[in-house]
Amino acid sequence: MATLMLRIRIEEKTFPGDDGQRRTIFCPLSLDIADGQVCVLTGPSGVGKSTLLSIVSGVDDEFSGSVSGRALPVGMLFQTPRLLPWLTALRNIELAVPGHAPDAARWLAAVGLKGHEQDYPQRLSGGMARRVALARALAVEPALLLLDEPFASLDQATAQAMRRLLQDSFAKRRPTTLLVTHDLASASSLGDRVIVLEGSPARIVRDVEISRRDEAGSARFRLGNSTQ
Amino acid sequence: MTEVSAITTNIQRWQSAAALLAMVLTWQIAASIAADRLFPGPVQVVSVLLHEAVRGELLYHLGISLARVAASLGAAILIGAVLGYAAGRSRRADVWMRPWIVLLLNMPALITVILIYIWLGLADTALVLAVALNKIPNVVVTIREGAGRLDKDFAEMAELYRFGRAAMLRYVVLPQLAPFFLVSLRNGLALTWKIVLLAELLGRSNGVGFQLQVYFQNFDVTHILAYAISFGVVMLAIEYGLLVPLERHLLTWRR
Repeated sequence: MATLMLRIRIEEKTFPGDDGQRRTIFCPLSLDIADGQVCVLTGPSGVGKSTLLSIVSGVDDEFSGSVSGRALPVGMLFQTPRLLPWLTALRNIELAVPGHAPDAARWLAAVGLKGHEQDYPQRLSGGMARRVALARALAVEPALLLLDEPFASLDQATAQAMRRLLQDSFAKRRPTTLLVTHDLASASSLGDRVIVLEGSPARIVRDVEISRRDEAGSARFRLGNSTQ
Repeated sequence: MTEVSAITTNIQRWQSAAALLAMVLTWQIAASIAADRLFPGPVQVVSVLLHEAVRGELLYHLGISLARVAASLGAAILIGAVLGYAAGRSRRADVWMRPWIVLLLNMPALITVILIYIWLGLADTALVLAVALNKIPNVVVTIREGAGRLDKDFAEMAELYRFGRAAMLRYVVLPQLAPFFLVSLRNGLALTWKIVLLAELLGRSNGVGFQLQVYFQNFDVTHILAYAISFGVVMLAIEYGLLVPLERHLLTWRR
C-alpha cells in the first residue's frame, strides 16, 4: 500500500464577498492523498476547486488549518497560464528550471510547440499559452503536480495528445497529482481517484477510487470512503 | 510595418520637418524686421554656436552640465525608486512618507537650491543633492503607482517555481515597473536640466547655467540663444538616441 503523503486539513477558508460579507468556501474540509496518486477533483464552477489547488500549492496561506507532506518541487498549471508576457515561451520555461535549458526546449516540443520557442505569449493562442504553462509545470519534474483544467481551450486532438503526455508523465515519475477538470472522460482515463466537491461551503460528496483497467479492458470503479 | 503605416510615418516625418523649417523661417523674418542686436536671427545664432563649439568652450560647459544632470537624475531615480517601491508595497511606509512627499513636491526648486548651498557650500555635491531632492518626490509618486499595481498572480507563480530574489526582481518586478521608470526618466530629464541650469547660475563657476549668467550680464542674446539651442539639441539627441530605443527594447514584447 502506498505511503500516506499529502494531508490537507482546512478548518475554514473564507473570501470577501461582493456584499462586504465574507463567504465561506470550506468549513471544514480534510483530504489525504497517497504518494503518487492521481486525484481528480471535479464539481460545479465556483465551488472552490481552484482555491483548494492554491492552498495545496502553498501560494494561498490565508486559511485556518494545515497542509502537510507537500513534496517539492511543485509544478502547477494555474487557471490562467501566468506566463510572463515580456519573456519568450522558452524563457518562461527556462526560468522554472534554471541551468536546464535543453529540458525546457524538450518540454516545449513535447507539448507540440516546437518552432514557437521565441514567440512572446501575446502571439500565442489561449490553448498554446496553456500548453507552454503545462510544459513549465512538467519541466520542473514535480513531486507534486497541480493541474487546473489542463484541457480547457484545447481542440480535441490536442487535448488527447496532452492526456497521453500526462499519462506518460504519471507512469514515469509518479508525481502526486491533483487535477481539476469538468471533463469526466479525462477523470476516468487519468485518475486513480475522483473526488466530487459540492455545496457552499464545499464538501466532498463523492470519493471514488478507480482501479486501473483489468485484463478484460473494462474499467472497475470502487466507491471509497468519503472523508466528510 | 505595413506599407500603409510606413507611408503614414514618412508623411508625419516630412510634416515635422516642414513645421521646424516654418518656425526657423518665421524667426528669421521677425529678426530681419526687428533688426536689433537683442533679437538675433537663426543664422547669426547658429554661426555663434558653431564658433563656440569649435573653440571648445560650448562643449566643455555642455559636458559639465550634462554630467550634473546625469548624476542628479541617476541619484533621484535610484533613491526615488527604492522609496517609491516601499511606499507602493507597504501601507505603513506610504503613510510615513506621504507628508514628506507632499512637502517636497510643492517646494519651489529655488528654495531647495538656496538652502542646500547655504548648508553645504557652493559645491557640485550640493548642486547634485539639491537637484535630486527636487526630483525624488516625482519618482517616488510614479514608482509607488507601479509598485502598487504589481501583478499578484505573477508573484505567486514565481514563488511556486522558486525563482529566488534576484530572478524575481529581474524577471517579474522590474519589467512591470519598466514603463513607470521610463516615465520617471523622461519627465526627470525635462525637469532636472532646468533645475541644474538654475543651480549653476546661482552657485557654480562653470556649466551652461553659469555661461548664461555671464551672457545675461552682457545682454548677449545671441550667445544665450546659442547655448539654449545647443542644450535643446542635446536633449533631442538623448530622447531619440537613447530613450526611444530604450523604450523600444524594453517593450518589444508588446508589439
